[in-house]
Amino acid sequence: MKFSDFVTLDAIRAHVDATTKEGVIREMVQALVDAGRISVDEMEGIIKAIMKREDLGSTGIGRGVAVPHTKHPSVNRLVGTVAVSPEGINFDSLDGEPVHLFFLLVSPPDRPGDHLRALENISRQLRDDAFCRLLKAAKTPDDVQHLLEEADSHGIVS
Amino acid sequence: MIRTAAETETNRMTISQQTVSREVVVGIPQGLHARPADLLAREAQRWQSRIEVVGSAQRVDGKSILDLLTLAAEAGTRLVVEATGPDADEAVAAIGRLFDRNFNDLEHQTQS
Repeated sequence: MKFSDFVTLDAIRAHVDATTKEGVIREMVQALVDAGRISVDEMEGIIKAIMKREDLGSTGIGRGVAVPHTKHPSVNRLVGTVAVSPEGINFDSLDGEPVHLFFLLVSPPDRPGDHLRALENISRQLRDDAFCRLLKAAKTPDDVQHLLEEADSHGIVS
Repeated sequence: MIRTAAETETNRMTISQQTVSREVVVGIPQGLHARPADLLAREAQRWQSRIEVVGSAQRVDGKSILDLLTLAAEAGTRLVVEATGPDADEAVAAIGRLFDRNFNDLEHQTQS
């Protein structure tokens, strides 16, 4: 699976305003609502479900990356977006470091394979230091989109 | 039998570098997603041994959640857990139990 298979380009945020865990999740879900991927009526339910998942254990998986996610019946395909916090946000991550890169995923309950393959893609690309560094330094959604496209086509050449 | 100090040391090194492995099957219906990968990495980190998880196409560091997620191991996938070090036996047994117990039935704890 590639980033282009699940990242909603119109919902990419290169510089989130949020400074808290719930804040950044809310901002990203709002971005998906604004992009027409999630119905506004479902927004609060989805935020709540994502926060509930975080309570089980942070999805801040290290290297300044978090993958907040939930299953939700209101989506019929995997929907995701990317956000960057240049300042970093305390996300109770597994390595205790602030999180700069967020990949938020909402998947249909009956498609666990797609969710797994999206996680696979994210974690594989993020093992590349150059990719992480360049994403953190992205200034605009276009910068982020360009980096994702580059990773999709051949990986980042550092 | 009297051993020299050097022999004893060699013996100890041999034991400390033992490699133990066993096959496990991903029984979680959702596959090895973020939460079980986190539990697996945490369990692996408790042991001194180097721990690797081997899938059909790759071998990854069992102590890294990021690495484990790159396996994208769906339900039913067979993996090999391999530990090398002084506590390899215990490490493989403990990790094997996680799989045997289906990560304590995570699916009953709400979302993935």
